[in-house]
Amino acid sequence: MATAAATLDTAQPAAPTWLRRISIGKIAANLLLLFFVVLWTFPTLGLFVSSLRDRDQLSSSGWWTSFVTATHQDAERLPVATEQKEENGSFVLRGNLLAGDTHRTIQSFGTASDAIAAAPAGGTLPMRFGGEVTVQANGDYVWSSPTKLDYPGAPRLYFVSAIPPRITLENYYRVLTADGIGRAFINSATVTIPATIIPIMIAAFAAYALAWMQFPGRTLAVIVVVGLLVVPLQMSLIPVLRIYNGVANTFHVESKGYVGVWLAHTAFGLPLAIYLLRNYMVGLPREIMESARMDGASHFKIFMTMVLPLSFPALASFAIFQFLWVWNDLLVALVFLGAQENRTVLTGRLVTLLGSHGSDWELLTSGAFITIVVPLIVFFSLQRYFVRGLLAGSVK
Amino acid sequence: MDQEIIQQVLGALLAAGIAIAAAVAYFWGTNWLLDRLYATAPGLVASEADVRRDTRRSQIRPWLFIFPALLFLAIYMIYPVFETIRLSLFDKFGNNFVGLSNYAWAFTDGGFWRAALNNLGWLIIVPSVSTAFGLVIATLADRLWWGNIAKSLVFMPMAISFVGASVIWKFVYTYRAENLEQIGVLNAIVTALGFPAQTWLTIPVLNSLMLMVILIWIQTGFAMVILSAALRGIPEETLEAARIDGANSVQIFFTIMIPQIWGTIIVVWTTITITVLKVFDIVFAMTNGEFQTQVLANLMYQWMLIYGDFGRGSTLAVILMLAVAPVMIWNIRRAAADVGTR
Repeated sequence: MATAAATLDTAQPAAPTWLRRISIGKIAANLLLLFFVVLWTFPTLGLFVSSLRDRDQLSSSGWWTSFVTATHQDAERLPVATEQKEENGSFVLRGNLLAGDTHRTIQSFGTASDAIAAAPAGGTLPMRFGGEVTVQANGDYVWSSPTKLDYPGAPRLYFVSAIPPRITLENYYRVLTADGIGRAFINSATVTIPATIIPIMIAAFAAYALAWMQFPGRTLAVIVVVGLLVVPLQMSLIPVLRIYNGVANTFHVESKGYVGVWLAHTAFGLPLAIYLLRNYMVGLPREIMESARMDGASHFKIFMTMVLPLSFPALASFAIFQFLWVWNDLLVALVFLGAQENRTVLTGRLVTLLGSHGSDWELLTSGAFITIVVPLIVFFSLQRYFVRGLLAGSVK
Repeated sequence: MDQEIIQQVLGALLAAGIAIAAAVAYFWGTNWLLDRLYATAPGLVASEADVRRDTRRSQIRPWLFIFPALLFLAIYMIYPVFETIRLSLFDKFGNNFVGLSNYAWAFTDGGFWRAALNNLGWLIIVPSVSTAFGLVIATLADRLWWGNIAKSLVFMPMAISFVGASVIWKFVYTYRAENLEQIGVLNAIVTALGFPAQTWLTIPVLNSLMLMVILIWIQTGFAMVILSAALRGIPEETLEAARIDGANSVQIFFTIMIPQIWGTIIVVWTTITITVLKVFDIVFAMTNGEFQTQVLANLMYQWMLIYGDFGRGSTLAVILMLAVAPVMIWNIRRAAADVGTR
């Protein structure tokens, strides 16, 4: 990559090297790529940041403002005149402008709407109706006067308050417990673990046969697998649902359950598994196979002791694919698992939340992040195998 | 409750263990049985009977290897293809033959045409934009020192579920009443520019485009990875020759690189096409097909599970299958040629 960039540079007509390094083309390329990266990461970043924000802040300001201290202009009515008390010979009214909200602090205050920031917190201002008022940063105010105050209604105090950014895990706690995401996480794991493991052995044996054994119908079998790669899942849903219903009626069991989903996912993953593994196994060195055959090793032995260990990268690629696909699946789970709470998977639960709590973003963002965090960890830690699998699966 | 969860997880682990054990037992057992049934006497000179047994064994063994896979594929994919076609000719419950009337319904139904038209829009826009973006990003990233980081980040949405991506983007598009501060990025930008905020997902045509953005966002990473690998496969001498002839970067991109990787571009394009045809989750989660955003896969789901009409559901599945068929045939022909040369 670096060499490609370097050789591209040498093609330019001669100019001082330092000038060519900062050519307009290079700057444009950097900016364009940066633009794409920002566009591709910002939505996810927004989700993550929002999931950690305080519920009220999340619903009142954009997530991009969450790291700056927001200032807020506000007004609060003081008590009516009858509330005043006599203390040490002066008449006093006390209270708190922030109603005890400890997250906010008062920066400045004023007695008229056109002079909101007349004095800083801790300062004192004269009141129009006599006496003077002092406001502390925590919102406590004291209005005291040597003579008894007499005024109509409840006058206002104006103030500017600061809301510091607040990071909290409350949303996660709530969505995990009260909104069933925690249970759905377990259910997703229940579906995914067997559905990822079961197809591997089945596919590996079939792939070996298609790659290294001679038998009539082999080409046809390969062609069927390739064809099935693109058959829409939708073709299978109704007939398989009918089979399941039939089995359920015959044996008096429930038609929807984990076993049915495991088997369905296994089957739907097989074409890709066989295709990937066969492509990989075909590329294993012929000489090793043949010398093993000469030594009298059976196909079974060759497969178990040589092909399976050698195919580890391809097996890993497929396992990652299948894991991501099953974990992220919605359709198969909806159709074959149903919507009962003890079976709903994460994607299904998230869709339900989207419908019932469509504007409770503190729940949706934290819920969504929980559903995507496991695939993201798998993806970033095993990206190499994932990419290798993608390349083997589509370029030929 | 906790007890139940523990049981459930243990059950899953147990199932995985049993499956592995069963697979090993099957393969080992059947192979052992085969060797027993057609045992050959050890020795240097093989009798005619031994040769026959040898042949027999090597005829049967491949089928033992592929039998479990074949069984799964037969029950879950091959039989259903024919069964779905059959059911599409039957009524709601699959009892009475109704000929082509389900198809007649589909082709005269406004809802179907809306979905088909939307699917066509998805088909035209998503694969081409994803492939184009993927190509541009791959080309740029391979020339810049931070290209690998950039590629990783663009690739990341591939790991995110369609539903997760839908929530991410619904948050981008979200709308607050006029007098409130907009918390969705899109409306925040729009209001900052002095325009009124919009409820984007309820505006026909525009809302479909906004759903397509989600799939483009996911699929661009796929296109980028495949095309990046193809770009690196271009022989350095080819590029060098073009440079010596005085071609600039842009000319090299269009006259050398793109023709060289054209085959891969087609593969990427068709792969994304298949994904697009099957798109269900995004529409289901974002609008459930309302505000004229319906697509075939979601329509099929509704007829199958909401209205419980297996006839019409099957008909829609068959139509989806027919739309995929050209790509399938093309893939099969390439694979057949590939197997033939080996």
